[in-house]
Amino acid sequence: MPQVTLTVNGTKHTVEVEARTLLVEALRETLRLTGTHVGCDTSQCGACVVHMGGDSVKSCTILAVQCEGSDITTIEGLAAADGTLHPMQEAFREYHALQCGFCTPGMVMSAIDLVNKHPDGMTEQQIREGLEGNLCRCTGYHNIVKAIAAAQDVMHGRVSELARAAAE
Amino acid sequence: MYDFAYHKPASVADAVKILAADPEARPISGGMTLLPALKLRLNRPSAVVDLSGIAELRGVTRKGDTLVIGALTKHYEVATSAEVKAAIPALAAMAHTIGDTQVRNRGTMGGSVANNDPSADYPAALLALGATIETDKRQLPADEFFNGMFTTALEVGELVTAIHIPIPEKAGYAKMRNPASRYAMAGVFVAKTAAGVRVAVNGAGANGVFREKAMEAALAANWSADAVAGIKVDPSLLNGDIHGSAEYRAHLVTVMAKRAVVDAG
Repeated sequence: MPQVTLTVNGTKHTVEVEARTLLVEALRETLRLTGTHVGCDTSQCGACVVHMGGDSVKSCTILAVQCEGSDITTIEGLAAADGTLHPMQEAFREYHALQCGFCTPGMVMSAIDLVNKHPDGMTEQQIREGLEGNLCRCTGYHNIVKAIAAAQDVMHGRVSELARAAAE
Repeated sequence: MYDFAYHKPASVADAVKILAADPEARPISGGMTLLPALKLRLNRPSAVVDLSGIAELRGVTRKGDTLVIGALTKHYEVATSAEVKAAIPALAAMAHTIGDTQVRNRGTMGGSVANNDPSADYPAALLALGATIETDKRQLPADEFFNGMFTTALEVGELVTAIHIPIPEKAGYAKMRNPASRYAMAGVFVAKTAAGVRVAVNGAGANGVFREKAMEAALAANWSADAVAGIKVDPSLLNGDIHGSAEYRAHLVTVMAKRAVVDAG
């Protein structure tokens, strides 16, 4: 069986997989990191989004063997060791940017990549377009967009609406 | 998905050797089309040959009046490349509308071109821009490369290595997306090039991407949206399905052509 070595949330793992094993299967079934969800399994819904080398990718449409030597971050890798949430997670909590929560891990991972790639900030329209690859069947997009708009200020070190809202 | 052997060659020569030895092996770059097809068991390759380790196939360079884009260059890289944005802004803008963020982070120009999906965007751009597709064996003009729906001039085991695009005077693209799948129901790429005006249509043709010669002649005489407003494509040449009839697509082609000319400026 092929072996693949990848760094997941800062820890190096060498795992045995089949050539056809998807990254999401290796994450969930081998490494037991079940925060990454499988929604559609047809690369449409975005529930399985993780970061590979800092880019958001759909882990249901990548073979584990294609990730040899790469750096993977999943939803489990965002919070600090002491439990302090990532600013994006904090914003999703503050703005109640979830209903059933199934799409949330993928939404958060996509949102962080979007914010990182727009250092000058995004308009509401840009955020909505940027989320094209993530579906929320509760149709809770409005608060998700609000959360991302708030989190981008925190992540870019600007005056934080989020902090202001929390203080009030 | 059925299982398969996996190879990751470090050079084009090694990749070609593996593919030549095993006609049932399939190359993979981003895998944005191949992997969904494998999951559906539409394809059963004996081996998958991962091209992603071949550094020579990546990147955008400008050589005089030509843009050379490595086959493994991702859609995101095309969309954000300073070279592409400066030379052919319509191509960068097009790349930004392919799939979604995650698809653009994985999918490659070479993969899209080799697949020649009738709704894909790049084939229309390359046909209209008069690009040349370079493979491990030869150079093919886009007019000879795209041979109908999901069909190209590529032989078994032949790899697209780079795309050479002459920089046009102006170019524009417009597409009508299916509201659910977001694939083009009809798209039109117009280009005013040193070799003349060229117009290519994707998403609508019954047999994949095609050139629309009547629009080319009209735009050569008068580069304006009005010049194509009265030109209707024959619906018998177009695809009709549950998403839209051939007559509807014929209407869309004219509207998209007008918008593409406006986009080109």
